[in-house]
Order: sequence, then structure tokens, then C-alpha cells
Amino acid sequence: MNTIYFDHISATPLHPAVKEIMINFIENDNFGNPLSQHQIGDAAVEALEGARGQVAQLINAKPEEIVFTSNGTESINHAIKGVAFAKFKKGKHIVSTNIEHQSVARTLRVLMKLGYQVTAIPVDKYGLVDPNDVEKAITDNTILVSIMHANNEIGTIEPIAEIGKITRAKNVLFHTDAVASGGNISIDVDELGVDLLSIAANQFYGPSGVGALYIRPKTEIFPLIDGGTQENNRRAGTQNILGIVGMGKAAELARIEMPQRTEHLLKLKKAFVEKLNTLDEVHINGHPEISLPGLVSVSVEYVEGESMMIMLEGEGICVSTRSACAAGSLRASHVLVATGCDYVTAQGTLIFSFGVGNTLGDIDKAFAALTRSVAFLRSMSPLYKKK
Amino acid sequence: MRYILNYYAVFKEGLMQYSETVMDHFKNPRNKGTIKNPDGIGEVGNPICGDMMKIMIKVEDERIVDIKFSTLGCGAAIAVSSIVTDMAKGKTLKEVMKITNKEVAKTLGELPKNELHCANLGADALHMAIIDYYNRIAGKQKDASKEKVDYIGKRKGKCYCPYCDTVFLNETLFCAKCGKPTARENK
Repeated sequence: MNTIYFDHISATPLHPAVKEIMINFIENDNFGNPLSQHQIGDAAVEALEGARGQVAQLINAKPEEIVFTSNGTESINHAIKGVAFAKFKKGKHIVSTNIEHQSVARTLRVLMKLGYQVTAIPVDKYGLVDPNDVEKAITDNTILVSIMHANNEIGTIEPIAEIGKITRAKNVLFHTDAVASGGNISIDVDELGVDLLSIAANQFYGPSGVGALYIRPKTEIFPLIDGGTQENNRRAGTQNILGIVGMGKAAELARIEMPQRTEHLLKLKKAFVEKLNTLDEVHINGHPEISLPGLVSVSVEYVEGESMMIMLEGEGICVSTRSACAAGSLRASHVLVATGCDYVTAQGTLIFSFGVGNTLGDIDKAFAALTRSVAFLRSMSPLYKKK
Repeated sequence: MRYILNYYAVFKEGLMQYSETVMDHFKNPRNKGTIKNPDGIGEVGNPICGDMMKIMIKVEDERIVDIKFSTLGCGAAIAVSSIVTDMAKGKTLKEVMKITNKEVAKTLGELPKNELHCANLGADALHMAIIDYYNRIAGKQKDASKEKVDYIGKRKGKCYCPYCDTVFLNETLFCAKCGKPTARENK
């Protein structure tokens, strides 16, 4: 049975060219420490700085503005905690939204315990933030605005550029969690007007365990990890050079191949959404236009997401569901609930995220399997009445 | 060595880990459907919690002669419905009242820890169907069900920690007893 992988929002497979460059890097015995002042160290520096340039180019930044981290979560923690700690004398108010990823939400929760105030801005039914709400939420005490670029559950892309204009006018630092969007849609840090931006390699066919944080020059920020002088004193600890080399290549490929990838993903998404619309009582979450090209979040009434997921897995189709079935009311997706979705519907949600390796044939197979599992599960659902 | 094993158990907890028995009952559920004019209906859970289980019984001479379920929930909840109805079929009401959550869980084999509460749902629904039957024939044999009514009352409409089963009075971010996160992120 062939596996069909529709969970690219969790991790993407390595691009063959990324795999190749990483294998070569290992085979060439590049083990050096970039801080060593000899030729072995220099080889590591070369690899590191080459990758830094490639990543910078992906988001239209300068190489020196890129800090390599261990993943998207670390980048986000670094951005938020780093600014909060550096500016704690100036203010303790942070503005965010109520659809952020856990790595933002839980970081903010910790800061709240330390006495910071957080304003979580609500979203509309598509998951969009109103920039006016952001403007109203900013006070004299505000030190940071952190709003995600694209939502990882429903795919909606936030109006970051408009919010960036507001934060600049108000002279407040602005971080965007671009982990779900980085390498998948075009990003220009100047256009977006952000001071900090987080991305992760495993979202664009690079390896996992490596991410990057863009820091605009002169941004007041503390390191998250203290120690040596690596990453220009902004992130201590010897870098994951192998991962970084992979990330650099993946960033270069993402930049070059982006138009073709987007076209392919949109074709798959359109075909899948058209099919989903033929099922009765299903809802497609997120904004119909302003969203990630390869992500479809669908809520199926009268069934539970996890049971659908297991049935699809039985047919070799890998998808994800945000809601872990177990936890009672407490586990419905906070993103879907924030968009006004009721708890019952939120529990019956599946996230299909396509990748460059998927085909229209995969879509047909997945849809057929989904139709079967929905019919099977509805046949024993106490809420479902045939229309 | 023990340390390593414990660590592994913690690691495994988060993963989907259904036994073969659970998968079999999930894929080929026994007794699914409804009964026309049932003698008793037991309904537990709440779709808000992600699980809802409805069990219908037909009783003759204090014995369950037919039993059907309909369930909205995860794989474990469906498997529990299937097995609990199988366990009850043909048994006397007294015998069925003695079926405990532990027994259901044991029959099913290993359930992921955060889905153990699904096993509780099964026995609860079963007992409620029988209590409903007793209530319908009114007045008779009330004593037999008294203890169980109490027990169900304690859980009804509540949500509990998926890991340690503690009942919450209010929505909380972390379970007060075992410290595991439970909640929706910021409200």
C-alpha cells in the first residue's frame, strides 16, 4: 500500500537536492567548529555563512540579520522573551491574537506569570485580524506586537504589512511567527514591516531541528541562550551546521521554485475543495482566498476527527487533526473556536496539507477514503439524521 | 534501567497506541444501530467534550435480549461501545450492573492513557440504560440502582482530566492533580 502524505504542515520531506548536499557535507568530514581559528574551522564558517546568505535572500533580508536557532519554537521564544526581557523597564504590555500557535501562546502565558500583560485580539470568522483592533490595543506601555503570518491550522494569512505600518508609526516592535508560511509564500521583511520574523526549515523541505530568526538591526533584544559569541552574540552555542547547510539549500530552492510549487499546490487544493463541496454538511475553515496554497482544514459534522484520521491512516493516508479526542470540552481547537466554530464541529476537523510530491491522483484516493470513513462513522453517530 | 523504561512510558503516552482488540472493535463494531421502542436508553458524554454514547436495550425477564449503540467519538470511544454492548448482551440486569470500568478497560487491552476515560463512558452508558429501564417500570427495584445513580451523578455533565480522570468543576489550563495541560489556549 502506498502511503499518501498529506501532513506537510507538520513536517515536509527533504528535497532531494537538500538531502544530497547534507550527505556530501557529512562525507566530506566537515566537523569543524566555526569559532576555531584554523582551516577546519574556516570550512565550517564558509558553510555557515553561505547558508545564512541563502536564508536571508528567501525573506529579502541581509545575512547579518539572520540568527540560526534550533527550530521555529526557539525562534519564537527568542523573539518574544528576548524583547520582553530587554524592554522590561519600558513597559510590560504585549499585543497578540487568540489564534497563535502554542509556542507563542505558552510563551506569553509564562510572561503573564512574570507580571506582563497580554492583549489577545479576537479574529473574524475567517481567522483574520483587523489591523484597527491592533492599533486600538497598543498603549504607551506596549513593547511588542506578535501576530502570526499564516495560521497553521486554517491557513489564513494575516494582514501583516498593514499591521507593520501601524507598529512603525507607534514605534512598537513587531514580531511575526512565519513558521507555517516561511518558504511557502513569498516573504519580504521590509514589505511586511516586521522587526522580528521566525521561520523553520522543516516547513519548506529542509531538515527538522533548525530554524532562523530575522532580527532587524538596532532591535533591542536579549539572547534566549547565553554563552559564547556565536551568531554575533545573539544565540550562544555551537550551531547545528549540518542542519543549517540543509536549511540554506532548502531556502534557495524554495525561492527559485516557489512559483511552480504554488501553482501545483493551488491546483491540488482547488480540486480537493471542489470535491469536498459535494459532501453534505462539511465546512471548509479559513479564508477562501487569503490562505496558504497547500492547506485545507475541513470540519465534518456529526463525526469526530480522530476516528476519521485513524480510518484514513488505515488506507495509507496521513493527515492531522488538531483536537486530541480525549480531553473533553477542553481540547477543541482554540483556533476554530476563535473563528466562531462551535465545539461539536471543531471536534470533527481534519487538516489536509499538500506538498510538491502529491498528485491529483492522490487527491482522488484521499477523497474516496474520506467519503467512506465519513459514511461509516455517521452510520453510528447519535447526532446524524439522514436527509 | 527502570528510569529508562519509565521515560519510555511517558514518551509513549502522547502517541496513538491502540491494541489490536481496540482496532478490531473500531473497524468492525458489534451491535451498532438503534432499537425501535427500546425498554431503556442510556446516554452519556457530551458532544462538546468530543464524545457522545447512546445505548438502547430490550429487556425480557430481567435479561438484556437486545442491545444497540450509537456513538460520536474517537476510535477508543467507538471500540468501548462495541465491546461493552457485547459484554452485556444476554446477561441479566444484575450482572450487567456489576460490569465495572476497569473490567471494560481490561477486556479492551491497553488503551492510550489519555483515552482511558472512554472506557468509563461505556459502563456509565450501560448502567444508565438499565436505570432508565427501572425508572420506566417505576417504583420497583429502586434500591438496586441507587448506588449507581449516585456514581453517575458525580460525573454527569462534567469534564475530566484525560490523563488522571480528575473531574473539573471549571475549565482549567492545567489539571490540578497531575499537572498535565488540558485547556484551550488563551480564551
